[in-house]
Amino acid sequence: MRHLLSAADLDRDTAVHVLDVAEQMAATQRREIKKLPTLRGRTVVNLFFEDSTRTRISFEAAAKRLSADVINFSAKGSSVSKGESLKDTALTLEAMGADAVVVRHSASGAPHRLAHAGWIRGAVVNAGDGTHEHPTQALLDAFTLRRHLVGADGASRGRDLAGKRVAIVGDVLHSRVARSNVLLLGRLGAEVTLVAPPTLLPVGVDGWPCTTSYDLDAVLAGRTSGPLDAVMMLRVQAERMNAAYFPSAREYSRRYGLDARRLALLPEHTIVMHPGPMNRGLEISAEAADSPRSTIVEQVSNGVAVRMAVLYLLLSGESVSGGNP
Amino acid sequence: MEAGDIRRALTRIAHEVLERNRGSADLVVLGIPTRGVTLARRLAARLREIEDAEIPVGSLDVTMHRDDLRRQPTRALAVTELPPGGVDDKVVVLVDDVLYSGRTIRAALDALSEFGRPRAVRLAVLVDRGHRDLPIRADHVGKNLPTAHTERVRVRLSETDGADSVVIENPVVETVAPQAAQAAQAAQAAPVQDRTEAGES
Repeated sequence: MRHLLSAADLDRDTAVHVLDVAEQMAATQRREIKKLPTLRGRTVVNLFFEDSTRTRISFEAAAKRLSADVINFSAKGSSVSKGESLKDTALTLEAMGADAVVVRHSASGAPHRLAHAGWIRGAVVNAGDGTHEHPTQALLDAFTLRRHLVGADGASRGRDLAGKRVAIVGDVLHSRVARSNVLLLGRLGAEVTLVAPPTLLPVGVDGWPCTTSYDLDAVLAGRTSGPLDAVMMLRVQAERMNAAYFPSAREYSRRYGLDARRLALLPEHTIVMHPGPMNRGLEISAEAADSPRSTIVEQVSNGVAVRMAVLYLLLSGESVSGGNP
Repeated sequence: MEAGDIRRALTRIAHEVLERNRGSADLVVLGIPTRGVTLARRLAARLREIEDAEIPVGSLDVTMHRDDLRRQPTRALAVTELPPGGVDDKVVVLVDDVLYSGRTIRAALDALSEFGRPRAVRLAVLVDRGHRDLPIRADHVGKNLPTAHTERVRVRLSETDGADSVVIENPVVETVAPQAAQAAQAAQAAPVQDRTEAGES
C-alpha cells in the first residue's frame, strides 16, 4: 500500500489485514501508556482545506500515539486564503519533508492529484474529497461493524463481514462516506441497502454493488431483503445542497429520520451508526442517537485505532521518501 | 537439536529459572511471537509440573518497538496478551527461540516498560547463536550454537511446524555462478522461507 485514496484500492485481504492491525492498535490504546515509538522521526501533515472535527483530531491523535511529528494545516488562516494553489502548497510541504500527507479537500479527486502529480514523495491519505470518498471512515465503520457483529479483539481476526446486512440511510448523493462504505462493505461480503429519497440518490447508483430503496420503514422491518444487522444514518449535508432536494426538513425527518418508533422496528442486535456530525432531530432523533445500541461515540475511538493502522502500514517498512537516517 | 534435546533443554531451563528465583513466586513467563510464545507455554507447563503452582503466561509483541522498521518491508503485528496480574513487581521471564543481534530483546524491554515495572527481567532462549550487536546476555540458554553470520538458524516446533528441530542452514555462496547457486539452493533439503517466518532472530 503506497497511498490510501479510495476504498476501491483495498481488496478483501488487504482490508481485513488493515482491520486486524487496527485491532492490535486498539489493544495498545487500552494500556496505561498509549504512546508507541513506532513512527518516531516521521512527519505527518494534516492538510485540511475543509472543516473537520473528528477526522482531523483523530488523525492527529493517531499520528501522535505512534510518535510521529504532526503538522496541522487548515486552509483558513493560511496562504490558501491568499490564493495559493494546491500545487504550491504541496511543494512547500515536500520541502519541509512530509512523510505522509492527510488531505481533505472540497474538490473530488484532489488527493488523487496530490498523489500522482509528482509534487510530493510521501504517502497520501484521503481524509475526504468532495462528494467522492472517505476511505478511513469506511474502514472504521467496517471495524465497528466487525467488532459488534463478528467478534471483538482476537475473535474476528482474519474474518470479513460476509452475510451481514447494512442499511445506509439519508443524503447518499452528497455523501463520500456512503460511497466508500458501499465499496468497502461490499468487498468485505456485506449486503448493503441504500435508503434515500430519489432526489438524494446519485445518478448511476444502479452500477454500485448494493440495492436501493425509497421506503425506510420496509427496510428497517426487514421486509425488503431480510433483518438488518446495522443501520447507518447519514448527515443531511445542507452546505452542499444548491437546490431543493426535499420539500421541508420536517417532511424529511418524518420519512427518513430515525426516531424511537423506527428504532423499535429493528431486531434486538441491530446497531445504529452515524459518521457525525449529527443533525439531531433531522436525520436522527435524540432517543436513537443516545440509545444503548448506538455506536456513534465508539466509532470515534475506533477511528483512532484504524488511522493508527493506516499510518503504520503506509509509513513503516522500507523508506520511500529517501530520508533514512 | 532434535525433539528430545529441545525437551531436555526446556526442562533444564525450567529448573534453572526456579533455582534462580527460589521457587515460582511472582514469576510471569512472556513469549516473543511467534515461536517464543510456543516455547513460553511449554516452559510454563514445565514449571507447573515441577512446582505444582499456576504460572501466568502471556505473549509480548515487539514489532512496534523495533529499530529496523524502516529497513524491512512492513511487518505484521502479533498479539500481545499479558496475564491479568500484570507485570508490576513481578519477575518476568522473556522467552524467545533464537538470540542473535539482541535487537529483538532490546525492543522487548522497551515494550515491557509500557506495561509496568517488573522487579526483574530474565531472558531464556532456546538457542544462542552469538553475533550480538548490543550488550545483551541471556540468563538461561538451551544451547550455544556457534554460527557464521551468513548461516541461518531454523527453529521448528511441533505446534506451528509439525515437528521439533533446530538446524543450521548453510548459506548459498554468492561467488558461485547464479545457476550453480540456484542448484545449491534447490539441493538444500529445507525450503527457504521468509526470515521472520523461519523463526530467526
